[in-house]
Amino acid sequence: MKILIQNGRMIDPANGIDKVQDLLIEEGVIAKVGEKMTAKGAEVIDASGKIVTPGLIDTHVHLRDPGQEYKEDIVSGTRAAAAGGFTSLICMPNTKPVIDNRCVVEYIIRKANEEGSANVFPCGNISAGSKGEVLTEMHDLADAGCVGFSDDGLPVISGEIMLRALEYARPIGKPIVVHAEDLSLTGDGVMNAGVVSTELGLKGIPWVAEDAMVARDIMLAEFTDSQVHICHISTKGAVEAVRQAKARGVKVTTEVTPHHFTLTEEAVRGYDTHAKMSPPLRTAEDVAAMKAGLADGTIDGIATDHAPHHPDEKNVEFSIAYNGIIGLETALPLTLKLVEEGALTLNQAVAALTSQPAKAFGLDRGTLAAGAVADVTVIDPELEWTVDAEALQSKSVNTPFNGWTMKGAAVYTLRSGQVTWKRQ
Amino acid sequence: MAFNHDHILDMKQFSAEDITTILDTADSFKEISQREIKKVPALRGKTVVNLFFEASTRTRTSFEVAAKRLSADGLNIAASTSAVVKGETLEDTAQNILAMKPNIIVMRHGHSGAPHYLAERLEGVSILNAGDGCHEHPSQALLDMMTIREKLGGFEGLKVTIIGDIAHSRVARSNLIGLKTMGAEVRLAGPGTMVPREFEQLGAKVHHKIEDAIDGSDVVMMLRIQRERQGKTLIPSTREFARYYGLNPVKLKLAKPNALVMHPGPMNRGVEISSSVADGEQNVILEQVENGVAVRMALLYLVSGADGSIDG
Repeated sequence: MKILIQNGRMIDPANGIDKVQDLLIEEGVIAKVGEKMTAKGAEVIDASGKIVTPGLIDTHVHLRDPGQEYKEDIVSGTRAAAAGGFTSLICMPNTKPVIDNRCVVEYIIRKANEEGSANVFPCGNISAGSKGEVLTEMHDLADAGCVGFSDDGLPVISGEIMLRALEYARPIGKPIVVHAEDLSLTGDGVMNAGVVSTELGLKGIPWVAEDAMVARDIMLAEFTDSQVHICHISTKGAVEAVRQAKARGVKVTTEVTPHHFTLTEEAVRGYDTHAKMSPPLRTAEDVAAMKAGLADGTIDGIATDHAPHHPDEKNVEFSIAYNGIIGLETALPLTLKLVEEGALTLNQAVAALTSQPAKAFGLDRGTLAAGAVADVTVIDPELEWTVDAEALQSKSVNTPFNGWTMKGAAVYTLRSGQVTWKRQ
Repeated sequence: MAFNHDHILDMKQFSAEDITTILDTADSFKEISQREIKKVPALRGKTVVNLFFEASTRTRTSFEVAAKRLSADGLNIAASTSAVVKGETLEDTAQNILAMKPNIIVMRHGHSGAPHYLAERLEGVSILNAGDGCHEHPSQALLDMMTIREKLGGFEGLKVTIIGDIAHSRVARSNLIGLKTMGAEVRLAGPGTMVPREFEQLGAKVHHKIEDAIDGSDVVMMLRIQRERQGKTLIPSTREFARYYGLNPVKLKLAKPNALVMHPGPMNRGVEISSSVADGEQNVILEQVENGVAVRMALLYLVSGADGSIDG
């Protein structure tokens, strides 16, 4: 089985390539890259006017499987991924049961391989039962396929447990992945603390709840010389803390969601529960800091924090609505919007969705070099479309971008040389 | 008279003309309560539901009296808030009530924005917010404003000081917005934990030394301190609050000589207000309660779009 992708503008940041050329896939692997190639018997994809990139990688996804399949499952979630141009996902462990033992890891990987449309790399728990008390069997979890460890959503409050987790994970070579938030400062807050929360009479979550925990976790990473990955960074101060830490050689990586570089707390007006997430939408100043952080490399990758919820969990009073939105199918055009407005170059945008997240998690993906697994995305950067939440591939419809006109979409997504998505 | 509001959700929705219309209407209704026969047929045949998800005595009673004096049929429903996907949702509760075809739902709810949520989803009924979470309490602000206008003649250039837990007060938010709309200066005062800096951006002057806030004020409004509800982290003790932030005759002297003392009730004597001030000549607390009925009659009347006679 051969596929020849012709005449696309190939952007492969891992190998410093940005030029129009062809790409030949054989037996699920990238066989050859070059100009004006022909291949007998190959299926040809004409990518004229399109962009050909390594398959996109999302380092922060909630697939809800096992346990909450009414929101999403591995089949629907990876289909949404493929439709959004993603070939690899890192799934978070707040499933039911949580990912604190090998059985759950094996279940997820097997189901993704047999029935899914994207590679799924599980993120295992830091602590057993996600309770923040006893470390998980990280060696065993890593051998089973985990690429990092996190108690996502339930920050590790104990400094000692976080220290031990970093020490234990260091020789395993996997990052400790943190949802950095001091819950005692968050209290029962439901949106960013500031003038909008004051006006709406909603309890606020102050930026310092994030900044203080990011500072602690960076210092613990520095102390242990171990890698910490800060999830969905959202404040100006946290970005600055990562910037300074990187400058002094701390092993810290981070990611930002499209909603945190696109929307502000103003979206909450009208008590729109699709603007409720954790961390909360912040201010215009924070949004500017996210773009600057992506541009100067402080922020390594763009991750969706795809968080499907049932309408019954969103169609309620703002204070009791669940946190989070789906994001896999809107991330690419929202990222390309940064290119259009001049915040990022196209190469930087592609790197933030491919080579950089791969590097942060040590994944052998995010490259179009000959011999690599043929995970490839073909993007039409000019294609305009309107988001219709009901028509998306995800099982859930909780998106604040419903009705938005988007520019740019994946027209072909290939995992290991197999077409997982072809836009009609 | 143009009053084009299907719902009364917050003070943000009102222009200065709207507020004047409401207060003028309330003034004319006030006289009804002073008659021997305290009833006019303005809302005859209309049904008003008081849907209260939070305990309330005075606001609910005030709305109930207001509806009765306008000849509306009223009923009270005490509902409980439920968790997500457990028990009945707010929308289901409201749809059930809507099936009984009320004209107006007067609603109090512990979550900010809950009346806005229902107003967006229910058709053919007016929602009247009687207090939502820490957001707004428009009828309270309007009765306060009616009392101020009655006593001081207007709002332009007045200095109104509100003292207490501003952060968690829907009364303070509604008064701030309404009074600013009418041209008054609003000062907010209390401990740093109770008066966030963000109120400056909403047009208030923020003070943490209440003597500075009271100095030269035309109105001093004290809010109830509810330690049990507001959490123990906001103030160390009611003793310290009373001493540094409570209103007593010495502090009141800093205000203008004829300044009004207001309180939305119920008062904690000896905490936010000393008994000598609470019983003093400057307080208009019972006028506030009396005007509350008139303002709520006006709101029910205006939001119903009724053209029934108010004479009779």
